[in-house]
Amino acid sequence: MNQWNNFSKGILKENAVLVLFLGLCPTLGVTTSAVNGLGMGLATTFVLVMSNLVVSLVKNAIPDKVRIPAFIVIIAAFVTVVELVMKAYIPSLFDALGLFIPLIVVNCVVLGRAEAFASKNNVVSSIIDGLGMGVGFALALTVLGGVREILGSGSIFGLSFIEGDGMLLFILPPGAFLALGYLIVLANKLKEKTT
Amino acid sequence: MAKKESSFFNMVSTLFVVTLIAAGLLGSVYALTKEPIRLAELKKKNDAIKMVVPEFNNNASEEFYKVGIDGDSVSIYTATMDSVVVGVAVETFTNSGFSGLIKLMVGFAPDGTIIDVAVTKHAETPGLGDKMEIRKSDFHVQFQGKHPDDFKLMVVKDNGNVDAITASTISSRAYCEAVQRAYDAYISSQPKEN
Repeated sequence: MNQWNNFSKGILKENAVLVLFLGLCPTLGVTTSAVNGLGMGLATTFVLVMSNLVVSLVKNAIPDKVRIPAFIVIIAAFVTVVELVMKAYIPSLFDALGLFIPLIVVNCVVLGRAEAFASKNNVVSSIIDGLGMGVGFALALTVLGGVREILGSGSIFGLSFIEGDGMLLFILPPGAFLALGYLIVLANKLKEKTT
Repeated sequence: MAKKESSFFNMVSTLFVVTLIAAGLLGSVYALTKEPIRLAELKKKNDAIKMVVPEFNNNASEEFYKVGIDGDSVSIYTATMDSVVVGVAVETFTNSGFSGLIKLMVGFAPDGTIIDVAVTKHAETPGLGDKMEIRKSDFHVQFQGKHPDDFKLMVVKDNGNVDAITASTISSRAYCEAVQRAYDAYISSQPKEN
């Protein structure tokens, strides 16, 4: 498989959120604004790339029977690094994402890629796979956050363009499901066209 | 390199090495970020204090004392300008928010009049309860210049004087409760007159 395919499959064809339906908990939880979606997406991308890198490096040194606990420890370590760094240098983003940062550990996208891809492929492919998956995840979250922010608060990236409130429904949890549903329709449509 | 066999010794030793390296990494990152995190939190506290009391020139965020109230304690920061007390900021809390804990910084003039209220931490619903944040709505304005003795810190629905945030009565009630708690703590910390 050439590396471009390796990268681009994560963006649409195998998009974690819109096609594989993995990692929906943070997707639905944090995407009340485009900035939150982007922040979560980037944090997850970092963890994905680093864990894919390390897992593909050590894959032969880890006995099969303990590979899942070993992977989880590696992932959890990187997530905690992200959490501490974010707390220290971007406290405002940390306040917004709060609880969801530690939950990246149990985001099935991350473990899924470690198990399904990085433990079977070489280092370069694994990094590119992690990057593609992460960018796809970040893109889906940013778009979903953007749609919810536009409809729900009448603003985009914090810039308000209407007076007063938007449709509150889209800020609340049910709005996340609605918006996600239509995004999936759109992604399927795009996928049909490209294949 | 061939795949390692899943023997007991291999499994235990591998997990040990993996966790050891992870612990080492986390330890060093923690040590590196400890100071920036402390500074970031201090800055947040300072900003909140500045928002709720008049201009001061002492190191208010480090001159504080704790007052026990309702089975917990709140911190009271005294702001002085050239050694004259210009106001106190009380870092208060409530657990009855729509999503649990809410933390407020309430500024009082020395006579107990509320100067301003700022939210320092909350998890209320975005678009509803989060209007309690100063930058999101004018909810806090109605507290400015009021004295809790003749301004009943309860929402109108409970026969108080506070206009609740639309569709967020629970958050507004919690907010009032926290402000009341701040006032009680401040009063109880003052030496009794006569």
